[in-house]
Order: sequence, then structure tokens, then C-alpha cells
Amino acid sequence: MTPPLLEIDNLHTFFYTDNGVARSVDGVSLHVDAGETVGVVGESGCGKSVTALSILRLIRPPGRIEAGSAIRFEGKDLLTLDDKAIRQVRGNRIAMVFQEPMTALNPVFTVGDQIAEVARIHAGMSKRDAMAKAIEMLRLVGIPAPEQRAYEYPHQLSGGMRQRVVIAMALVMNPALVIADEPTTALDVTIQAQILELLADLTRRLGTSILLITHDLGVVAENCSRVVVMYAGEVVEEATTPDLFAHPHHPYTEGLLGAMPKVGGTAERLATIPGTVPPPTVWPAGCRFRERCAYAWDRCATEHPPLYQIAEGHVSRCHLAAEPERRAHPHQPIAAQPGVTAA
Amino acid sequence: MGAASIGHRSDSSVRGRLVSDGRVRLALGVLGCVALVAIFAPMLAPYDPRLQLDISHLQSQPPSFAHPLGTDTFSRDVLSRLMYGTRVSLTVALVAVFLSATFGTMLGAIAGYVGGAVDAIVMRVVDAAFSIPAILLLIVVIALWGNLSVVTLTLLLAGVGWFTISRLVRAETLAIRDADYVVAARALGASGWRVLTRHVLPNAIGSAVVSATLSVGNIILLEAGLSYLGIGVRPPTPSWGNIIEEGSTRLSDVWWLTLFPGLAILVTVFACNALGEALRDALDPRQLLPAHDDAPIRMNG
Repeated sequence: MTPPLLEIDNLHTFFYTDNGVARSVDGVSLHVDAGETVGVVGESGCGKSVTALSILRLIRPPGRIEAGSAIRFEGKDLLTLDDKAIRQVRGNRIAMVFQEPMTALNPVFTVGDQIAEVARIHAGMSKRDAMAKAIEMLRLVGIPAPEQRAYEYPHQLSGGMRQRVVIAMALVMNPALVIADEPTTALDVTIQAQILELLADLTRRLGTSILLITHDLGVVAENCSRVVVMYAGEVVEEATTPDLFAHPHHPYTEGLLGAMPKVGGTAERLATIPGTVPPPTVWPAGCRFRERCAYAWDRCATEHPPLYQIAEGHVSRCHLAAEPERRAHPHQPIAAQPGVTAA
Repeated sequence: MGAASIGHRSDSSVRGRLVSDGRVRLALGVLGCVALVAIFAPMLAPYDPRLQLDISHLQSQPPSFAHPLGTDTFSRDVLSRLMYGTRVSLTVALVAVFLSATFGTMLGAIAGYVGGAVDAIVMRVVDAAFSIPAILLLIVVIALWGNLSVVTLTLLLAGVGWFTISRLVRAETLAIRDADYVVAARALGASGWRVLTRHVLPNAIGSAVVSATLSVGNIILLEAGLSYLGIGVRPPTPSWGNIIEEGSTRLSDVWWLTLFPGLAILVTVFACNALGEALRDALDPRQLLPAHDDAPIRMNG
């Protein structure tokens, strides 16, 4: 069996702030195989973006990746590479697509210039060759009149086009892995589908793997073969997409699925998950989802759940795996009870 | 090819935007005139600026046909002195500002981007420098080393001028350092130096340029202040500053001695500021209107 393209092993990324140590990523393990698209879902503040930034070691002080973490990619541990070596991975073997196409492009350079910069850094191309490459990339991502658009500034393009430019920048060097951090969140709904289709189409043709970070399960359903659900700095459930949608195990995953609007559904109010993610400086002991959970019992307050094996390729960080009969007796979560505000 | 031929508008370059800006033309016109006066002072000046024309009376005369800007208290021609003074004042100010802005920008950007101990040291030096008035600092230095040439004076003025700019650029850098496009550039494999020079500095430079043009006036005034204390540009060499200071004690009767060099300073500083503002606008491509409306996009392939 070939090792996975990317393997994150027990990643801890902490931020040493004045208000205490924020354990934003607290023991995350996941992997991406070659040619695979893996979704990472979770609410804001669950650590999914920090995980993404950690892969390319883009965490700045006061943030730090703790000892004991490992991120293996193409046979190397990215966390032990020196500065020069990690720079050769960034943008070359692993590229990122950011959430905000408005701010992910430098306002003072033309878009062609910015795409060309990647080719100049990694392929050592001349200015002229790099610009030709940039125009080729703009054509590839479906921007009309690329010879002209290459000489325009980011603010002259629409949001959708800017995100196409960001994708073009990511794909210049034909990387093995693209990390897409909420690539469509900032876009209009009609553009979202176009961009995802583009990303899927290009990466399929180029054989690129994608780590797709999103809070939108609809996006996951359409694009990912496997899903990792994160909550409070941890992986709480992992399964293939069909398995996860058909048989969600963790109450948090259930809640996320219940909060999804369905076509043809009755006009009821959407379900919500009461409360919010606790701040990363004070993760609760025991199960971190306990206060928002409709099944929580005393065991959840004292014993931190491990990742239980539910089925082949399906794990869940919930004690219900050990005591399934408890699922029959849901109650009001602590966070939803009157007079209780989320910590 | 490509770029120029297919609808690439000339006004989307920084230079194109500057040339089409009315403020720039006016400011460059004014500064050009001032520079011409400085360069050709020996040919343009009607008298020798050091010549005391009426040695027996030694009194100032108001403006007349013979002396359009009057004569000073040593009965020297003010117009000639002003023209020669332009050479000194303009050179000292421009060179000092250029040096201090360059140094301050580099130091501020490095401090802000690198952070940590480097930042702490640079900023404590700046704090210390801010706590002592520049003029006092200069007086101490001059008192220690005595008679200074104009070149040394310029270097000294540059030496006390970089604090403001470095602090300003540092603040800008701190904001830009965490901007998405800087993180994106790092994610694409750009080195620290490349990120600093290509992504941070071009976005921080606007405020540095504006601050630098504003400080041209300050440097001229600082030089004037030093000259007043007898430790700046020394008479009989004229500078705008020492002409003003010479007349400042007799503002009520010998008004032409302060008014005309004052106007020269005003016009020059004003032109510099206009140029700085235009430059700031031109460096910011967001001033451009969108070239196209959102056009429908077709998938490629």
C-alpha cells in the first residue's frame, strides 16, 4: 500500500496569547491520498484554517506548532524542513487558495504580474516567459481576453474573476496538493458553483489532490470523496461522504446535517445547534461538545472520548459508540436551557 | 506584444496617471522654476549677494525698481540673496529628506516585518529620539564638533529626520504583514526579502512619500532655526532660513526681509505637498475605475 500524499499526524498548533494558551489545533490527524478530494468541515473557530496554515508552516508568533506533531508529504516531514526547503514546497508542490479573493491579491500589482511571480520564483522564468505563462493560466481558468486581463489590477475584476486568478496562481506549478480554504464563501451563490466546478475540473485533469476546507456541507457533498468533521480543535468524525451523509454518528455531525436546507423539504424552521464553540483557551474537560449535545450524560463530563471505530473507514469521537442505547433518550442540551449562556 | 496592442490604456501606468494629473503639472512647474533659479542663480541675480551696496548707511530700503525685493539691514540686495539662498536651502532640504526617508522607510519596514527583538530595539531608539527635541539634539552635536560644513549639516538634518517616517512605515507594515495577500505570497513560496520588497513596501510607500514631502518644509524651517541660532548655514552665505531670521527682529518695519523668503518657502512646500498627494494617489491603483462590468464567463474546455 502506498503511503498517503499528505499525512497529518497528531498536529498541535497553540497560540500563546495574553489571555492564555489557545489550543486551536489539539491533536489532529488526517490524510489525503493522491488524486483525492477531502473535505474538512466545522464551524468558525474549530481550527480548520489553522490546520491548513500549519501544513505550509505559515503560523506566525505567538502561534507555534508543538513538538510531537508531524506533517508528512511526499516522503518528507514538512515540519523539519529548513526555510529554503519549505519555500520550495510552498506554491510549487502544495498551493493554497484563500477565502477572500478581494484581499488575497496584492492591490498594487497587475494580476498577470502576480501569477507570473510564482513562475519566476519556482521555475526561474524570465519576465517575458513568466508573463506568457500567466496569460496561459488565465485562459486555463476561463478568463476571457486573458492577454488584456493580465494587465489589469485586482480591483478591476469581479469577485468571481479574482477567485479564478487566485486559482490560476495556485495551479501555475501544477502542484500535487491544493489547499482550498473556504474558496467560495465570499462569492455570490451563482458564482460559487462555477468556481467549484472549475476547481474540480482542473484538478481532475491535472491529477491534483484537494484539501477543501469549508463550513458548507453542500459543497462537501458535491465535491469530496471523504469528509473530516472538526470541532474545538479536534477531529470528531471522519467517513466517506456517502457514509457520513447516510449514517452520521457524532451528534455534532448530526446537528450540521440538520442545519442544512433541503430541496423539497417542508417549510419548517431549520434545526440549529444551540450555543457556540467555546474559546480555544478553555476547552472543557471531557467531551468538548457536551454542553451543546442532546445526549450528553455524566461520562461525557469526565472522560474525554477517543476516536471510536464505527465502521470501515468511519471513526467518531463520541461515547455513544460505546453506549448506543443512550441515543434513544435525547434531552435538552445544557446550552439550550434557560438562563445558561454558552461559555 | 499583447499588452500594448490590445486595449492596454496608457493611463493605467503610474506615470500615465501622474502626467494626466493637473496638480502634478502645477507642482512640477513651480518646483522646476525654483530649481532653475537655484541652478542659474549666478546668471539671474542682479547683484552679488554678499555685496554691501551702501556701506556708509547700512540700512534697509523697501522694494524699488533697483531692488525689486528691497535690501537687507546690511544693504545687500534681497532678490539676489534669495536666489542664492534657494541653492542652499533646496539642496539641503531635498538631500536631507531623501536620505532620511530612505533610511527611515527601510528601518521601519524591517522592524515591522521582522518584529521581535529587532523591532523592540529600533522602536526604543526612536522613542528615545522623540523624547529629545531635534533642535536640541542638533545643538549638542554642533557644540561638540564646532563649525560644520553644509554637507555635514545636511547629514545631521537627515539623521534627525528619519524617526517619524520609520515609525509610520512600521505601523503600515504591521497592518500589511498580516494581510491576506502577504500570507498568500508566503504560501506561494516567496522569500522574506521578496515579500518585504514586493508586497509590503509598495503598499506602505504611499504614506512614507506623503510624510517625506511634508517634511521638506520642516527641514527648511529647522535649517532656518539653526541659522537663527548662528549654528546653521552661516552668513554671509545666504539661505532662506537665515534671511528670514535676519528680518524677524524687525518684522514691523523691514517686512520685505521676512515676507519674500517666507513666500518662497510657502510656495515650495505647497508644491512638494501637492506632488506628494498626487504621487500617493497615483501609486494606489484603486483610484482607477473598473475597466469592465462583470461579463458572463464561459468555462474553458
